[in-house]
Order: sequence, then C-alpha cells, then structure tokens
Amino acid sequence: MKNEINEAHEAANEKVSGSNLEERKIVIPGEVITSGDDFLPGEWTFREDDNIIANRYGLAEQVGRVIKIIPLSGAFTPRRNNVVLGRVTDITHNGWLIDIDYANKGFLPVAESPRYINKHEMDQYLAIGDLVSGKIWSISGRGIDLSFKGKGLGKLEEGFAFRITPSRVPRIIGREGSMINLIKEKTGCNISVGQNGWIWVKGENIDSEIRARKSIEFIADKVYIGGLTEKMEEWFEKN
Amino acid sequence: MSSMKISNVTKNSLEKMFSENKRFDGRKLLDLNNLEIEYNVSKKAEGSARVRLGKTEVIVGVKLGTGEPYPDSPDKGNLMVSADLLPMASPRFESGPPKFNAIELPRVIDRMIRESGMLDLGKLCIKKGERVWTLFIDIYPINDDGSLIDAAGIACIAALKNARLPGLTKDNFPDYDKKTDERLPLSKETYPLSFTFFKLGDKLILHPTREEEESCDSRITWGISKWNKQYMINSCQKGLEVTFNKKEIIGMMDLLPKKYDEIIKLIGEKLNE
Repeated sequence: MKNEINEAHEAANEKVSGSNLEERKIVIPGEVITSGDDFLPGEWTFREDDNIIANRYGLAEQVGRVIKIIPLSGAFTPRRNNVVLGRVTDITHNGWLIDIDYANKGFLPVAESPRYINKHEMDQYLAIGDLVSGKIWSISGRGIDLSFKGKGLGKLEEGFAFRITPSRVPRIIGREGSMINLIKEKTGCNISVGQNGWIWVKGENIDSEIRARKSIEFIADKVYIGGLTEKMEEWFEKN
Repeated sequence: MSSMKISNVTKNSLEKMFSENKRFDGRKLLDLNNLEIEYNVSKKAEGSARVRLGKTEVIVGVKLGTGEPYPDSPDKGNLMVSADLLPMASPRFESGPPKFNAIELPRVIDRMIRESGMLDLGKLCIKKGERVWTLFIDIYPINDDGSLIDAAGIACIAALKNARLPGLTKDNFPDYDKKTDERLPLSKETYPLSFTFFKLGDKLILHPTREEEESCDSRITWGISKWNKQYMINSCQKGLEVTFNKKEIIGMMDLLPKKYDEIIKLIGEKLNE
C-alpha cells in the first residue's frame, strides 16, 4: 500500500506544472487546492473565503470552472441512482433488507418483485444470503430504498462476487465503459459492477471467471496510471 | 475491507472451484500461503516478531517479568498467552470485552506451545516457591485475511526464539535496562506449529483467505511438533458445526508431516539465527 501511494504521488506530481490545475494533482483533506473567484467547488471540495479546499484524499481536477476530486481511498457513500450489489440479510412483511456494505441497510419493497408474491413465501424469490443488484431509488431519514427498475438489475444467479476499494470503481468501468467492455470481451464473462465496490462475475467456466477477477484486481491495484486500457490489452496477451 | 457476509452464490462458486482443485489466488487446495517473518519489531518487548501469511499480518511480543509461582507448580515459570483482536484488523472484530474468538485464539496457541515441550518452564524458576519468570505472549493481529491461528502460531514461536532474558536486581525483579544475551530455555529440536484445516462440502483447504474461511462449514486446528523423527499431535481444537469423518481425519494425519516439514524448511534457518 505504501509503495503504490508513493508511486501515485510521484506519477501525479510529475505532471503538475506550477499551481494551475491543467493536470491532476494529489491533495489531502484540508489542503487548499486553489484560490480566487474564478473557480467553483465541485465534488468533495468546499469553499472557505477565497479558497477551494479538499474534503478527501485524491486527485484534484479542473473541469471547466469546477474543481473536483477523484478520491483515491475511502468508504462508499451512497448516492441516488447508484447501482449497488448487496446481500439479502432479512425479510420483513413488506420487503427485504439488503446489506449494501454501508452503515445503513438498503430496503427493497416487495412491489419491486417482477411477479406476484405471497407474503408468506417471500423467500421463494429472494432468500437470506442471496445476491442482488439494485439501484438506489431514494436516500431519506428513514433509510435507503432500492429498486429493480432498470437494465441488468435484479437477483444475481450463479457466479460469484468479490470486493474492490469503492474509489477504484470508475477505473474498472473506464471511459464510457471501455474498460469493463474490454474485460467482458476478452474473458467472455458477464460482469456487473456496483458503485459500492462489489463486483459480480459469471462466466462459462471457472478459468475464465478467475481470469476476469484477476484482471479486475490488477486494475484496482494500480492507483495512478495513464492509458490503462492499453495496459490491460497487454495484460490480456500475457495472461 | 468490507463487512458484508459471504453470499450464497459465492459460496456455491467456491464449492465448485474446490471440487476442481482450484482457488482464486492460483493455489491448489492444500498449498500453503507465502510466509514472511520479521524480528525485533518492538523495542520494549524482550522478543517480538511480525509474520505475514498471505495478506494476514500478526505481531507478537514476548514480555518477561518475574512473579510468584502457582501453588501447584512452585518450581516452574508461568506462561500466559493473550490476544487482542484489534478492530483495525478486520471489520469482524469489535472493541470491548473479549469475545469467543479472542479467548479461543490464545488458548489454542497456549496449548500448542505448552504441550509440545518446546519451552522448559522448569528452567525458568529463580527461587523455588517464591520467584519465577513469567512469560507474557501477546498476540496482535494487524490484518486478518484468514488463517489467523496459523499465522499467530508461527509468530509466537518466532517471538519466543527471538526473546532475550533481561537482567535481575538483587530482589529478583527484572532490570530491563540491563540486557543479557541469555535466551529462553527452548528446545532446539522441536518447534510446535499449528495447521488449521477448513472444510467446505467434502473438500479440505489449508491457509484460506478470508472469503474462503467465511464460506467454510467447519474447521479443525492441529498443533503438531517433531521429536526424534516422530511427529506428534500436541493439541487439537474443532470449530463450527459440521463434523469431520474418519477418512478425512486419517487424510489429515498423512498430510500433516509433509506440511510441517514444508514450513520448517522455510523458516527453520531463520528461527535458528
């Protein structure tokens, strides 16, 4: 861990030219990223007087006038419309409780089931321990509500799930899904990535599933590399 | 690390993989994990070691003090093994009073060390009935990625090997500023080691990662040592609900000497430094 962070610092700071944010730079919480009225605070940053200050440890980036941070570490924070993978932990009279790897559990109402379910036979559809992929419908004081309305959402059958650091999820998906499509194409596996860092893989045989997992873990290990998609193509030739 | 429990699909998938003798990290079912040992990680302890077994990491310190012997063994030193399962090691560990695992782990290791005869407690007597050496072995898991008992067992042996006795004052109290080169009365021929077999379906695995460990139905820990070319079982502890059958136990007995030699070959030289 120590080495990879050092690597990231070196790689990122090499590219930093002066104090303007044309390139990404590594920031820690509380660090002043930039000052002046020309900029607006974006994701994981806030304004204090004249300065824009970092809220998380990560790469600071300028998009137009907005300064935002791509976190390099940290826990998953649910947001509306996030797709998450979760595990059924309890069945109540009107729905299922889903562990989505966050401090609060998610709730999946019984109406989300694709067919009619008798209230006494709710485990016929989702039993305790089953894996589901759902979208966060709302976050309120009562809790997090999940929904199955969307493509590829619902109960996940067969395959397996594993976890990577949630902050690395954007790298696994890549620009417009380029990375995940590459992995799907090279391994022939079905892959579902949750924003909470859980990834579900199902392939035709065990070897291709293991290969898919290894490739994803390879990407998740690299904190900062440019041109990762090309690197992955190389990786697939070797492995 | 995450606190989500293993899901049904992952468990079924692992079961299928195990039946093909495959694991996610490329090992075979009974292959051992990478092992690294580092000594003298603590300045204040008389002996200390850090062991990495795969991603599992354990620090063990041996602290030596003097105290009164127990009434039933007036001429023997005292041995105390304790573990503190720090919440930073795993989301499964909570701070607060020790729970089942935090009591079981040191007891299994205590039994393994004590019954192997590696440590001659009789030589740790300073004055019969009044003053003896007291050994505190403290286990601190830094990261729990499965097979914590096995990693802690190796770390304890390494820390014991590493320990030097401190000097004594006139009243037979330890003088920690006065360091000696004297080591603990350890046997040179035998090292106890623990091997924990995990069972999923009808397959047995060694040195599991955390996800493998969590999907398993049953486990059994053997403390074994070697004396005069004879392998001995010193201790045994079975956990979780599912049973082991006779064939599996016999299979383990055949395998244990091989695995024992494998680890001793790896760490034996380091231990004798």
